[in-house]
Amino acid sequence: MAQVTLQKNPLIEVKDLKTYYPIKKGIFSKTVGHVKAVDGVSFSIYPGETLGLVGESGCGKSTIGRTLIRLEQATEGQILFDGQDLTSTTNKNLVSMRKNFQIIFQDPYSSLNPRKRVKDILAEPLLVHHIVDPAQVNKRVDELMVMVGLPRQSKNRYAHEFSGGQRQRIGIARALSLNPKLIICDEPVSALDVSIQAQILNLLNDLQKQLDLTYLFIAHGLGAVKYISDRIAVMYLGEIVEIGETRDVIKNPKHPYTKALLNAYPIPNPHLRAKERVFIQGDVPSPANPPQGCRFHTRCPIATQTCREGKPKLEGGVHKAACFAVEL
Amino acid sequence: MLTYIIRRIIIAIPILFGVTILNFLIINLAPGSPVDIMIDPNLPPEALEAQKEALGLNDPFYIQYWTWLLNLFQGNLGYSLVTFQPVIDIISERLGPTILLMLSALIFGLLIAIPLGILSAIKQNSVIDYLATGGAFMGVSIPNFFLGLGLIYVFSLQLGVLPSGGMHTIGAESSFWDTALHFVLPVIVLATAIAGKKIRYVRSSMIETLGQDYLRTARAKGLKETIVVNKHALRNALIPIITVIGLEIPLLFAGAVVTEQIFSWPGIGQLTISSIMSRDYTTLMGLNLIAAFIVLFSNLITDIAYTIVDPRIKFQ
Amino acid sequence: MNVSNLQPNSEINAKILISEANEHKDESYVKMVLRRFLKHRLAVVSAVGLVLISLVALFAPFLAPYDPYAVTGAFGAGPSAQHFLGTDLVSRDALSRLIYAARVSLQVGVGAVAISSVIGTILGLISGYAGGKVDTVIMRIVDVFMSFPHLMLILVVVSIVGSSLTNLILILGLLNWTGMARIVRGSVLSIKQLDYVKASIALGFSTPRILFKHILPNVLAPILVHATFGIANAIMVEAALSFLGLGVQPPTASWGNMLTEAQSMTVLTSQPWLWVPAGVMIVLTVLAVNFIGDGLRDALDPKSIK
Repeated sequence: MAQVTLQKNPLIEVKDLKTYYPIKKGIFSKTVGHVKAVDGVSFSIYPGETLGLVGESGCGKSTIGRTLIRLEQATEGQILFDGQDLTSTTNKNLVSMRKNFQIIFQDPYSSLNPRKRVKDILAEPLLVHHIVDPAQVNKRVDELMVMVGLPRQSKNRYAHEFSGGQRQRIGIARALSLNPKLIICDEPVSALDVSIQAQILNLLNDLQKQLDLTYLFIAHGLGAVKYISDRIAVMYLGEIVEIGETRDVIKNPKHPYTKALLNAYPIPNPHLRAKERVFIQGDVPSPANPPQGCRFHTRCPIATQTCREGKPKLEGGVHKAACFAVEL
Repeated sequence: MLTYIIRRIIIAIPILFGVTILNFLIINLAPGSPVDIMIDPNLPPEALEAQKEALGLNDPFYIQYWTWLLNLFQGNLGYSLVTFQPVIDIISERLGPTILLMLSALIFGLLIAIPLGILSAIKQNSVIDYLATGGAFMGVSIPNFFLGLGLIYVFSLQLGVLPSGGMHTIGAESSFWDTALHFVLPVIVLATAIAGKKIRYVRSSMIETLGQDYLRTARAKGLKETIVVNKHALRNALIPIITVIGLEIPLLFAGAVVTEQIFSWPGIGQLTISSIMSRDYTTLMGLNLIAAFIVLFSNLITDIAYTIVDPRIKFQ
Repeated sequence: MNVSNLQPNSEINAKILISEANEHKDESYVKMVLRRFLKHRLAVVSAVGLVLISLVALFAPFLAPYDPYAVTGAFGAGPSAQHFLGTDLVSRDALSRLIYAARVSLQVGVGAVAISSVIGTILGLISGYAGGKVDTVIMRIVDVFMSFPHLMLILVVVSIVGSSLTNLILILGLLNWTGMARIVRGSVLSIKQLDYVKASIALGFSTPRILFKHILPNVLAPILVHATFGIANAIMVEAALSFLGLGVQPPTASWGNMLTEAQSMTVLTSQPWLWVPAGVMIVLTVLAVNFIGDGLRDALDPKSIK
């Protein structure tokens, strides 16, 4: 893992980001409310680091990833990439900015166009953005394939002729083709067999070292994230409830929700098991109508009256948490 | 539910306006404008100009449209350029026979298609299935005028058992039996196209239903195949069929034009052809408009029927 | 930094070659579709038949025994050694006219569908991809066109602008794109949600590039199937128009207008050679196109991959 020095300028800085989707109802499709997928999130990602973003499905983590690279339009807030605000930049400017940030998807099947050969998938971005001289495209495609561990000879094949893991490698090569600085990894191993997961994680790690990449690594559990991330942010119902260095978050979780997530993973040592287990019950409330006060209070085992009334802030130096119950 | 129906009606309003605009555009803006016919070309230029002014032909397009639309709202479709009768009267006189013909054909077509479709779905790859599928392809591939002429040739001219045209025997006292005989051939012609389309639809709908999990459960319970088919599958397979009946209306209209022409059926199809031949554009405009209104209305009913019959459908 | 100078990651590479070098389904999409199409026997027979009809139409001048416009002197004569299918009421050779008429049907079928497919595909792509107000407007226009029973609309337009072969092709093409637009829109709505389209946006590709190079190839299957059935429909409509005297005008021969004469009782009863062959040709051609459409639908259906 790359060393993080917080003195560096952030590569991307997110300020109070909100992404809402309108809910339409009635005869005239009037907007009656909003699904608050991302509701006031701030964080930074520093060059060369991996920030893990964890939460249950529907908590808004994928929406953050997609909003960061303008696949979704932010409702409010700023996304500063190298100091330039992505939420308000012109479409023309955006096209050239897009080279800097790419995405790897969860589903290795729907992420590749079934009508294209691998070489075309990789060559197209090179040609469109004039990344290399047209005469060099072929050579560059070969390099990309080797870089992600695919046999060069297979570049004439269609995506359906590859296995899930190989397809994910093609997706990675495609993301690398534009020499991006930041890559959003949107649950890139969740859909793969466990044995293949490790290979892809290793590949991502190696590529990060070689190419000095920055990752936003999104996952629904802490399993893969703790191996690859320098820092971890935990999300619940559109908000970040805890963020800190991986070691701190894993060893010393502050927020009851993080503790619950950690408990969701089996601990190899049976003596440690019974110690401090936090269980959560019930379903995630609707993001269209989140609970008042602390959003987690409806499921929190230690919630008090304070939690129902007031909203805790995300506070506390490098390792922050949004909970009234933690001593900061 | 009510919200959906109201929304569906509100959506139909701009389409209705679109229909009137398109209709107006086609008749009025086409090269060799048909309104020119209304004016006697032998008039001196001043008189011609005066008459144009009187007919509102010098007004801008949107004013002409607006005047026409206001008249339309009062049920005034203008006057025939040939007989000078009100168009609405001419059409309503002819509408009855056409609707009667279309409804009979629709019912007859479905009476053929539904049992055949179900049978060929239950007995896939049997002789019945091949015959039904082959028949269905034949039904949609045979032009109605060719089928009509063939039927007249066989049943009217060679065998002499059925009348070749009209709705009643001319000169004879009209009786139910006489009228019924006149219905047979045109109904067969129109029903063939309907049945051809529907057999394949019923078949695939039934096959899809038969593969559902709840039918596997029914079989696993040890129910007899006949009970599985009759009690469980049929109902679910027929829902999509019943609800798309309304969508056959445009096809029936098109079929009616040709069929009525061959069988001298006194309906709006025959009126369409005769209006085209006599360049009676106001009547044509009225015919098209009425036909479009009927299609629009049946689409609306189809959509609403769907929501009533199939509770699974939810609307945004 | 310059990525190009990187050394290949040989360790990973080797591992992958061992663990993932698996089944080589080295069959292109086109080959697979063709293989599945060939299983549909009726479709294959129909395709052969349609090729024959097309060849006959193409080489009509060499195959027709007579000039289709030449009067021979025998009026309404029955089949004989000189005239296999007899002669018509103006004493022209019926077989020669039947052969030349194939040109009309095929030209109208292919020409009209080419026009309507292009219009329908472009509007469907835009409607489905843009969504929102653009989508609503285009779909309402489709609804308006679909409200008219299309034969009636075509009849009115033909009667206004006049009927020539070119006009027929244009009118059928310009009035029949709505079904295609709906089908393409429906496919685009589901495809645009797929990650490879999102990836194309993230890669900074232009919208036309995404529409035509990434989405269009994936909707070709439904387009092809719908267009095939559209050809059958266009041939039928041309025949009906010509039968009613509003399509291809005499002396040009069309299968439809060859049947017009059968509206007279004498021709219908005593000269069946004047109308039966033309009717049979329409049925055979339309049937063949419909079977090909059915075969294509089965072969292209992703659900029925065997």
